[in-house]
Amino acid sequence: MDRGWRLFLRTIVARAYPRVVGQQRQRTWIFFETFLPFVAVSAYVFVYRALNAPADYIGFVVMGGAMTAFWLNIIWSMSAQMYWEKDNGNLALYIMAPNSLMAILLGMAIGGMFATSLRAAVILILGTWVFQVPFVVSSPAQLFAVFLLTMTALYGMGMLFASLFLLFGRDVWQMNTMLQEPVYFLSGFYFPVKSFGFAVALAASIVPMTLGMDAMRQLTFSSGPSIGFLRVRVEIAVLAVLSIVFITAAKYWLDRMERLAIQEGTLTDRRR
Amino acid sequence: MKPEFAIHTEHLGRIYKVRGNRREKRQLKERVALRDVNLQVPRGEFFGLLGPNGAGKTSLIKILVTLLAPTTGRALVAGHDVAKYPQSVRPLINMVSGGESSGYGLLTVRENLWLFAQFYGMDYRTTRTRIDELLEIVGLKDRANTKTSDLSTGLRQKMNIVRGFLTDPHVIFLDEPTLGLDVGASRDVRQFIRNWAAAKPERTVLLTTHYMAEADELCDRVAIINAGKVLDCDSPANLKRRLQREAIFHLEVSPLNGVVHGFEHLPGVRKFVHTPGDGKSELELILESDDAIGGVINTLTTHRARILNLQKREPTLEDVFVDLVGMSLAEAEKNG
Ligand SMILES: Nc1ncnc2c1ncn2[C@@H]1O[C@H](COP(=O)(O)OP(=O)(O)OP(=O)(O)O)[C@@H](O)[C@H]1O
Ligand SMILES: [Mg+2]
Repeated sequence: MDRGWRLFLRTIVARAYPRVVGQQRQRTWIFFETFLPFVAVSAYVFVYRALNAPADYIGFVVMGGAMTAFWLNIIWSMSAQMYWEKDNGNLALYIMAPNSLMAILLGMAIGGMFATSLRAAVILILGTWVFQVPFVVSSPAQLFAVFLLTMTALYGMGMLFASLFLLFGRDVWQMNTMLQEPVYFLSGFYFPVKSFGFAVALAASIVPMTLGMDAMRQLTFSSGPSIGFLRVRVEIAVLAVLSIVFITAAKYWLDRMERLAIQEGTLTDRRR
Repeated sequence: MKPEFAIHTEHLGRIYKVRGNRREKRQLKERVALRDVNLQVPRGEFFGLLGPNGAGKTSLIKILVTLLAPTTGRALVAGHDVAKYPQSVRPLINMVSGGESSGYGLLTVRENLWLFAQFYGMDYRTTRTRIDELLEIVGLKDRANTKTSDLSTGLRQKMNIVRGFLTDPHVIFLDEPTLGLDVGASRDVRQFIRNWAAAKPERTVLLTTHYMAEADELCDRVAIINAGKVLDCDSPANLKRRLQREAIFHLEVSPLNGVVHGFEHLPGVRKFVHTPGDGKSELELILESDDAIGGVINTLTTHRARILNLQKREPTLEDVFVDLVGMSLAEAEKNG
């Protein structure tokens, strides 16, 4: 039987599996996770058109619509996931097995990322085609790096949320509802975050979506560079730092949770 | 060198801190779940933990499978201290609990089993062969590609059983594995566990149950546990043999009103259990000798109770429990 990093990889793949394969089996996702967001995107598009906003703004909205899929996945699925796993007894089995809990969390994140990428891609393609978005990619390499780092930082944040959730339970649940709309707004899903002014934009940058989308906008639209908040290279650096911070914090809280669970005997208990 | 004992506990204790009721919310109360548990289970033994609800069975298992820290004492599984070296213990063990709802409903039986095998680092070929083998044995082969959410309770528990045995553990912990199963499914599960243990002499099983017959049928040795204490530990035959000198009677009489309280004072009556039933009362009596039954019958007749049935029978584990705890398992559960 495998040990060490091979077991770590096996665990990641196994835990990603129910996300990647299982979730597609519920056919309703096509409606709820692609059609509904697309309707929201359309609403913004019509508003911008009515106001005669520049064509690129339509593109911002389509891109933002695709990226909301990831944010929804983080707050509704990632963060509550460990909590559910505790409820149905999976968490106890994860702790009891020789694998590492961090690999479970990573598997969850990577699986969620894949499943959500599928949804985001559908929204993006549909939006681009229906609204004729004029994408102009200036640096594919940088774009790829930005997307990857945004995902890493974002899912690192999701992993941190998952650990915290488990530790503090339902009290944190309220936070979800609280976070959904304000983050849509502050992260500039549908408009450039620069319009907030420096201080607010900087504060909003704690959510990896903010700088991630800002950088992606700069790299994919002809008017992009003029509406950018910071230089792309700086944004890439900040995203890298955020990734490290979130994943390290997730590991810290996860370890703490495991220790506490074993000491107190509460977290693996289905009754409580 | 392989350790002699699969499970070894020394003065093992566990105290939970629980929040008090509304008035004393902030105060933490202590609830003792286990006290001074000393058990030695040799490799290859089928060991049973028998006790009523709240006896501490699950707590003990959780400590042994590294999910709960002991408050006092220590526990070794397969020679490793569970609190200090959980990583050494974990690859060697597995656990199945009754009424378990683990896994993912959207995945099939086979996928779920594969998933949990991965966490033990099992390669694809071994996993596949073992899943096929085990599903065949428990009669779940034709459901291998059914979504788990579509399984009945019994089939689901069979899947959980397969999950536990899939990793071929040195020591398997079974926490009331037949809970909620019908007679047929329970029998299948017991049969499977027994055959599994018998197939290789070094396989160790620790099973908790509150079905006396299950413990009697399966276990090489049984520990009787109540309120966190191990009261006795021996083979079912030896435990029952201790009652061999006593006489055990089963009586059915017309409804008893109040008479019952007099029984403990009758000469020669060691323990008795009264179960009021539908239109009749049942009495289980552990007497020091056959002679004492005369006094019992006298008392019954003076109180005009009609005797419907009287039987002398061989001691069961249930009687052992009554003798040790002073009440039947059912009563202990009500009080627990
Ligand atoms: N997480 C916990 N926090 C506080 N008290 C607990 C916790 N888990 C168990 N207990 C208490 O510890 C005692 C032993 O419980 P345990 O679950 O070990 O018993 P058990 O023998 O498995 O019972 P059952 O037959 O009901 O499964 C009980 O009084 C129970 O209420
Ligand atoms: Mg229990």
